[in-house]
Amino acid sequence: MKKKVIKILLSLFLFLIAILFKFDNLWITRVLFILSYLIVGLEILKKAFRNIFRGKVFDENFLMTIATIGAFFIEELPEAVAVMLFYQVGEFFQSLAVKKSRKSIATLMDIRPDYANLYIDGNLKKVNPDEVKINDIIVIKPGEKIPLDGIIIEGKTSLDTKALTGESMPRSVEEQDEVLSGSINLVGLIKLKVTKIFSESNVSKILNLVENASNKKSKSENFITKFAKFYTPIVVMSALLIAIGMPLITKESFKSSIYPALSFLVVSCPCALVISIPLSFFASLGGASKMGILIKGSNYIEELSKVDTIVFDKTGTLTKGVFAIQKIESVGISKEELLKYASYAENYSTHPIALALKATYNSKINESKIKNVQELPGFGVKAEIDKHQVLVGNVKLMEENKIKFKKSNDIGTILYIAVDGKYKGYILIADEIKEDAKVTIKKLKQNGIKKTIMLTGDRKNVSENISKDLMLDEVYSDLLPQDKVAKLEELINDKKDSNKVAFVGDGINDAPVLALADIGIAMGGLGADSAIEASDIVIMTDEPKKIVSAIKLSHKTMRVVKENIVFAILIKVVVLILAVLGISTMWEAVFADVGVSVLAIINALRSLKVNKEQKI
Amino acid sequence: MKSNFKIKGLDCANCALELERTIGKIKGVINVNINFMTERMELIYDENSKDEIISKVKKVAKKEEPDIEIEEI
Repeated sequence: MKKKVIKILLSLFLFLIAILFKFDNLWITRVLFILSYLIVGLEILKKAFRNIFRGKVFDENFLMTIATIGAFFIEELPEAVAVMLFYQVGEFFQSLAVKKSRKSIATLMDIRPDYANLYIDGNLKKVNPDEVKINDIIVIKPGEKIPLDGIIIEGKTSLDTKALTGESMPRSVEEQDEVLSGSINLVGLIKLKVTKIFSESNVSKILNLVENASNKKSKSENFITKFAKFYTPIVVMSALLIAIGMPLITKESFKSSIYPALSFLVVSCPCALVISIPLSFFASLGGASKMGILIKGSNYIEELSKVDTIVFDKTGTLTKGVFAIQKIESVGISKEELLKYASYAENYSTHPIALALKATYNSKINESKIKNVQELPGFGVKAEIDKHQVLVGNVKLMEENKIKFKKSNDIGTILYIAVDGKYKGYILIADEIKEDAKVTIKKLKQNGIKKTIMLTGDRKNVSENISKDLMLDEVYSDLLPQDKVAKLEELINDKKDSNKVAFVGDGINDAPVLALADIGIAMGGLGADSAIEASDIVIMTDEPKKIVSAIKLSHKTMRVVKENIVFAILIKVVVLILAVLGISTMWEAVFADVGVSVLAIINALRSLKVNKEQKI
Repeated sequence: MKSNFKIKGLDCANCALELERTIGKIKGVINVNINFMTERMELIYDENSKDEIISKVKKVAKKEEPDIEIEEI
């Protein structure tokens, strides 16, 4: 790299001397030009020479050599040197840009663990993660990467999952918690019982996904591949035609026709396109993974940019999939007291509703105060708490015990509570809507999504209520998994335009629907295997708002790709036409070649940048 | 059968594309994908003549791009 800079600078220095000082002796100028040319171009000449014997006539080095040597012959020395010099400058910038983007991709891949500390009979042995078996015990010290998936059997710590989820908040974990490979242990020493071998661990899956992502090529990339195949031969043939044909028509000397022909050779590489289009997609995949969005191929970026209908699953996607207290209405006592009675009564139950109560109550339960607990299936619970008779349950329980109460119209599961035969209020428990669900739907509408639909197996009143709250366009409830497939098929078939339908699910029982949709987006969470496999895009953080980010990114990427295609082809064609007309010189041709490449690369790298606006 | 390779020293995108095309023409190669950015090659081929195909691929690549190094991973 450094050597190249010195060569370029030295060559440029000699070139400038030759141009600025108009030496009387023509030979001094000539020698300076030739020296300048050789310093920077010898490497290219060598490569070109090597390539002729291998029959590679359309090789870039070879074409540059012909163009410059041709320029020497028609006594256009400054042009010859300039073409070579700027070609090398362009190549230099190009390799800088490639290096930079390769580096930022490498940081994405930086989650690969190098070793695992295997725990054998009280000793630690550093081994390759490949060698660790299921049920082996490994130790992870602060600052180390978690090499394999497992369950904590000793210690607690917080984990940096940024590389996996894009989430900068550390996650606290303790004994019995499952941890995923690829996260970084921040503070405490933990002992882990391995649950998956390395090749099936989370980190291997993600690496595999990122590394192979760009193998699925988009239509734009395939177009460029085809374009490149024909472009160079056509331009080179045209150069030949011009060199030989023009003098026959215009009756001018061959010398004047060689000049535009040489310009053709200079612009004959489709490099700007060949490098910048895949780079735009790659940068976009990289930018997405920085936000915790894994996209499985460039083709999905292209498809995603065409989505105008998004179908959501309800539970686990728009809602948290866990029950939580939504409302407490008390009569005659405080809300805290009502919650306390309910939590005490449900203390021994493991039902999700009981868990939701206890999670909100969050104080120590004095079990000596609870007596005579009676679970009444289909009704609720009866218990004696602190010498009070407490009833917690549904409408039937209240009616059965002849309690006078007011029926609530709220949607969800309602627990009525009576103490000593008197109604004291109710607690509404329901699946909670994710915090960002509402803003997601709103932002989707602002970003070109025409229709948002929810499919769910849940009851009608619950689903319609959520749908209204989130302002969804359509909702279909009481669906069995096979009904979801049928409904989505119907939605796809009903579409008349070429726009695409995306399905968003949590991947647990959505695999067929995820596969059926044009784009399947899974709430991958931390590690639902079926989700990662069945979908095209995985949202690692479970946040619906990431869909907005992904869609915005796809629009931006496609815009960059189109800009680059139009810009590169347009400039080249314009320069070619001007060259034929004798208006543009080889200088413009150099710009059309390397200048355009460099600009297109800089433009492509924009997709890697994730700005605040995209993060929402 | 599918194998992955690391390609070192690949410094021009168009060359990668041409190399991909040439390797794709080798008998027994079903599909080849060269990723210029990650410097990787994914090769899908007829497993009956694995060694023969891989050595042919390496030979062809060496001839096309003398400066690169190919290593199976």
